[in-house]
Amino acid sequence: MSESTSTTARETQIRAEVRAWLEDNWDPNLSLHEWRNRLIDSGWGCASWPEQWYGKGLSVGLGAVVDDEIRQFGAVSVAKAGVRMLAAATILEHGSDLHKEKFLRPLLTGEDTWCQLFSEPGSGSDLAGLTTRADFDGEHWVINGQKVWTTSAHHAQYGMLLARTNWDVPKHQGMTYFLIEMEQPGVEVRPLKQMNGHASFNEIFFTDAKIAPEFMVSTEGNGWKVAMTTLAHERRLADGIRSWARGEKGSGRVFDELRAEIATVMEPYKWYPQRAGRVDLLLERAKATGRINDPVVRQAIAEVLIKAKAAEWTGRRVKAAHALGRPPGPEGSLGKLAGSQVARLAAHAHTLIAGGEAMLAGDDGAMNGLISEILVSVPAESIAGGTDEIQRNIISERSLGMPKEARTDIDRPFRDVPRNTVS
Amino acid sequence: MPMQFSFTDEQEAFRLSVRRFMEDKSPTTEVRKLMATPEGYDPAVWRQMSQELGLTGIHIPERYGGQGFGFIELCMVMEEMGRAVFCAPYFSNVLAATAILEAGTESQKQALLPALADGSRLATLATTEAPANWSAETTETTAEQNDSGFRLNGSKTLVVDGHTADLLIVLARSPGTSGAYGLSLFTVAGDSVSRRLLNSLDETRKLAQIEFDNTPAELLGELHGAGITMPRILDQAAVALASESVGGAQKMLDSALEYAQMRMQFGRPIGSFQAIKHKCADLLLEVELAKSTAYYAAAAVAENAQDLPAVASLAKACSCDTYMKAAQECLQIHGGIGFTWENDTHLYFKRAKSSQVFLGDPNYHRDQLVLRWEA
Ligand SMILES: Cc1cc2nc3c(=O)[nH]c(=O)nc-3n(C[C@H](O)[C@H](O)[C@H](O)COP(=O)(O)OP(=O)(O)OC[C@H]3O[C@@H](n4cnc5c(N)ncnc54)[C@H](O)[C@@H]3O)c2cc1C
Repeated sequence: MSESTSTTARETQIRAEVRAWLEDNWDPNLSLHEWRNRLIDSGWGCASWPEQWYGKGLSVGLGAVVDDEIRQFGAVSVAKAGVRMLAAATILEHGSDLHKEKFLRPLLTGEDTWCQLFSEPGSGSDLAGLTTRADFDGEHWVINGQKVWTTSAHHAQYGMLLARTNWDVPKHQGMTYFLIEMEQPGVEVRPLKQMNGHASFNEIFFTDAKIAPEFMVSTEGNGWKVAMTTLAHERRLADGIRSWARGEKGSGRVFDELRAEIATVMEPYKWYPQRAGRVDLLLERAKATGRINDPVVRQAIAEVLIKAKAAEWTGRRVKAAHALGRPPGPEGSLGKLAGSQVARLAAHAHTLIAGGEAMLAGDDGAMNGLISEILVSVPAESIAGGTDEIQRNIISERSLGMPKEARTDIDRPFRDVPRNTVS
Repeated sequence: MPMQFSFTDEQEAFRLSVRRFMEDKSPTTEVRKLMATPEGYDPAVWRQMSQELGLTGIHIPERYGGQGFGFIELCMVMEEMGRAVFCAPYFSNVLAATAILEAGTESQKQALLPALADGSRLATLATTEAPANWSAETTETTAEQNDSGFRLNGSKTLVVDGHTADLLIVLARSPGTSGAYGLSLFTVAGDSVSRRLLNSLDETRKLAQIEFDNTPAELLGELHGAGITMPRILDQAAVALASESVGGAQKMLDSALEYAQMRMQFGRPIGSFQAIKHKCADLLLEVELAKSTAYYAAAAVAENAQDLPAVASLAKACSCDTYMKAAQECLQIHGGIGFTWENDTHLYFKRAKSSQVFLGDPNYHRDQLVLRWEA
């Protein structure tokens, strides 16, 4: 099987243009914001965005070529990763000109940080069951309720908020999407400690928080549809964050400021590789500990490698088909579920390799606690971003076309749907 | 051979009293407080537990100051403590008492056991040296004999409650010996060694590293007798740990069920989804199977059954794997809340993970099971 890697003439031409522009304009001694403003103005920072909004209207594929050229040149890109890109994508698609004018540039320069306010204590799998309310008091939308699992909320300026504005219609029709200012009296942010000791998320409490009417996105009651745009971009988030963390080696003011930015933004994601099971460490660990000589341990590692490689190649098939413009097949929805199986198997193999050392953590633990961090982080993999059970429902009902589970919660006013009393 | 497959009414009443005590004295709010302290237990509760309930002396014969019950009652206590992730140096005391009972001379039993039975002295068993090796035969710590007695050199790790124990029972070998030959048990005063509390994954179980540097020691029982006694001691330890694990596993199933009935998503309890029902049904199957192995193994110890070595490994492998599975599924059924520090599931998850490898991981015990099985 081959992936389409042929370089088109258009691509070569674009690379040359980007390079020429960078040769004239790149200056590592600018401040990070000065440089990014220059890049934003040129249209190369977000080349796949519309020309009217800091882009060049290129395809997503060619936009990636531009980014790659900037990277190869050794220049710094716009702040194009993390939750802020979910906000950008949503605003570009559904936002008003006011939203685009006010939010897009400071988002790209890195001045504004964003957070996503969707999940609630009472509604996770059933996101559309949320109960944070927004009531219009004649002047403002007044927000009351609670959100959870919010990354970066403690230093975010703005949040993408999904709230209920109508309780008398079916659940999906009563939600509205807002852009909320986080630094205001009615918003309280508390860190949420996880079982692995990190506190990468926050709980947010709204008590009469206020939003001006112009910061509603799309129309009242259309929040679910807007949220779908945000969620569709969520899957690309992890890749973006990884590539962002690269290129931190250069010298000059712009790089110093970039390193500080990366440190802040990456902080909550420090344990994410461990959550996926660290398959990459298995062989090295088995050799270093001598456990490689145990055939049972080798079998356990082999099982992980089989599943991990099979899943990786399935992902490559999906990407290759996508690149050729073919319609997505059922294999596209499998990656998440495969990933959580790989993570569990890997945690088990790491346990066997560590033996009694698996009882130790921190400085006393294997690899200075990295291995124990794997063991207590892997459970997140089958929950975060949609649980395994929900993935199986989606696969069976959407990919396999099996009869849908009967629903009793979507055919009646939301106020009549049974829900959690204590959140 | 008669094997007991049900508990007597007296035993059930006893279990209930232990459960009540645990619920009363060791709610998870208390567990969380204690696990954050280096000592890891509440002396007042310890005193009450040993002196009013007599739990520390449960399987120690009356003539040595104990309650004179058997290993079955001990395992019931372990099970209830597992259910409560009880934070106290109980298991370590059991290990030490078992070692003394198995290896000590009559006068040593009379001298040492009463203080363990009434809880006034804390003791533990120090055997493990390399974290991936559980067999006694690989011991490298040496015991050299001279005119003034024995001196120990070497180190031990993963010693349960080794940092607070007043008395250490230490496995060591005579210089120049190897394998099962040359192994003996020794008693060492806790304050005569340099020891360090380790950072443990399961904070409710305290582990220590201990260094012996010409440390004076007294022989426990016969010189070179540990080649015979250690396997028996470790078998009993494995059965006790299996019992603790089925208690934890049952708690995870109970907790999952309770949550599944209460938690609403999509306008209905999550327990109404077949995915969750099947998980719980599978868990019930596994937990009940594991309990049967732990109960059978406890009876095998009590009756000094021939098949004990194989059965101990069977129960250890089955119960500890089941506990891990139950904790994992309970966490999964709780969804995101299960991954938080505030939710209690992780206390059990970490105990399960730690017990899975403690005293030998499931592969080791599966291997032992087959090697020791008498066809
Ligand atoms: C580490 C981590 C990071 C997270 N990051 C984010 C984030 O960045 N943004 C965000 O918005 N949220 C985030 N979340 C929240 C996450 O999306 C939810 O936890 C998840 O969707 C599950 O929802 P819940 O926790 O409410 O569990 P519930 O929905 O209450 O689920 C409980 C159990 O019921 C099962 N269940 C529910 N419905 C069904 C069904 N129909 N059929 C069968 N079984 C069902 C579930 O599978 C689960 O086992 C994160 C969570 C974690 C643990």
